[in-house]
Amino acid sequence: MPDTAIAEARAKAATTGGNILQVRNLEAWYGESHILHGINFDVNAGEVVTLLGRNGAGKTTTLKSIMGVIGKRTGSVRFNNEEIIRATSDRIARMGIAFCPEERGIFASLDVRENLMLPPIVRAGGLSLDQIFELFPNLKERLSSQGTKLSGGEQQMLAIARILRTGASFLMLDEPTEGLAPVIIQQIGHTIARLKKEGFTILLVEQNFRFASTVADRYYVVEHGKIIDGFSNAELAANMDKLHAYLGV
Amino acid sequence: MQALYAQLLVGLINGSFYALLSLGLAVIFGMLNIINFAHGALYMMGAFVAYFLLNNDYLSIGYWPALIIAPIVVGIFGMILERTMLQWLTGLDHLYGLLLTFGMALIIQGVFQNYFGSSGLPYAIPDQLKGGMNLGFMFLPIYRGWVVVFSLVVCLATWFLIEKTQLGAYLRAATENPTLVRAFGINVPRMITLTYGLGVGLAALAGVLSAPINQVRPLMGADLIIVVFAVVVIGGMGSIMGSIITGFALGVIEGLTKYFYPEASNTVVFVLMVLVLLVKPTGLTGRAA
Repeated sequence: MPDTAIAEARAKAATTGGNILQVRNLEAWYGESHILHGINFDVNAGEVVTLLGRNGAGKTTTLKSIMGVIGKRTGSVRFNNEEIIRATSDRIARMGIAFCPEERGIFASLDVRENLMLPPIVRAGGLSLDQIFELFPNLKERLSSQGTKLSGGEQQMLAIARILRTGASFLMLDEPTEGLAPVIIQQIGHTIARLKKEGFTILLVEQNFRFASTVADRYYVVEHGKIIDGFSNAELAANMDKLHAYLGV
Repeated sequence: MQALYAQLLVGLINGSFYALLSLGLAVIFGMLNIINFAHGALYMMGAFVAYFLLNNDYLSIGYWPALIIAPIVVGIFGMILERTMLQWLTGLDHLYGLLLTFGMALIIQGVFQNYFGSSGLPYAIPDQLKGGMNLGFMFLPIYRGWVVVFSLVVCLATWFLIEKTQLGAYLRAATENPTLVRAFGINVPRMITLTYGLGVGLAALAGVLSAPINQVRPLMGADLIIVVFAVVVIGGMGSIMGSIITGFALGVIEGLTKYFYPEASNTVVFVLMVLVLLVKPTGLTGRAA
């Protein structure tokens, strides 16, 4: 199937809005430290869902637990109706989940092209290099530069761009706007909006609530390793006071 | 002058073994973060496997097939060691890996010494590589020339694999952040096993190449490995090209020292190591952690 047809099929599947990720009673530990205490939430196909919460609430650990990069985790994580709580992270990635870490994870020993081409294609339907350069024109000009010589914004673009190639339709982005200039944040916002339009499902972790409100369909609030509240974008205005209290802003 | 050229050739040959061995060490250290003290013992095993293949009544496999089969056999043995023992050291201090591989080296060498004693076993040069060439300024034994050229080709091929291919990009990335590379869908534990097999296979290849020159002895690796570690430290731990260049260069420097000041020939490498550590502790081409 040509890539455009796959993208259309993905967008069509997204409009049906079936449940793509179910997290139930997810608990996770770093060594002896118990971080997640029973996380429960769902993500539907084609949605942008944002996990909000203060520093240390357990948002990043939730993403890492779904991705299988936390040593000890229990509970249930079902992706496309398949249980993945005991799967290794490489298998989870090959099932179609892609993870963009908070620290971006750009490799210093690789140039931009090598960083971009690093994640293997896990299924058809990923963005082509031309489509990626259309989204992030800066990267095309810096292909032979060392990955870590890019600016913070360019590194973030590279970190997002490389997972778009893989064909994964479920993207987990951990604080993609952290430490970036407003103009770059705006560009990343446009990118997420466009990815949503193309049928990608996105689970976003953000502290920048103002940014999240421009792209998210639904929100979950994480505190002390639990989901304590959840609402849709339509209910946002009615929940603003509560949200300010949760986030301490 | 003939003596100078002869020592240069000896230096290049030793440099070939240094380069192949230090390259394997650099690959293993870069990927597994393990200082592989068993490397010398595995080099010796390469020579012994070639010896068995030649002298077994049923096999009688000569030099050329042994050049391929022995590194594969020893590489598989290395992968078994990695799967059964070394993999459990992930995330621990370097010291544990060093002690474990040092123990492995003593056991492997002890077993071979128990069965074969300490004296050398002869390994014949293949007919195609016997004899020599008069270059005018020196006489070049063909086998020794072959060792230098073949080692250089293997070293450059390994460098190309690691620095210029997609597989090499996986290896370099996994050296920096194996957790993230695995989260991209790459089976990193399997890659680590194969990398250890590759590093060990290079050591075994050096052992096969060395067998006709140095004879096959249980302690042939123990004699060499300390110098090879000095080469790796000078080149920079984990640096592929650094290991190759330093291996050949130090072989030549050692050869020249034998000509100009023989008394220092056994220590020159270590003196250079001390100087490099004082001036650039990460090695000539190594990067700071």
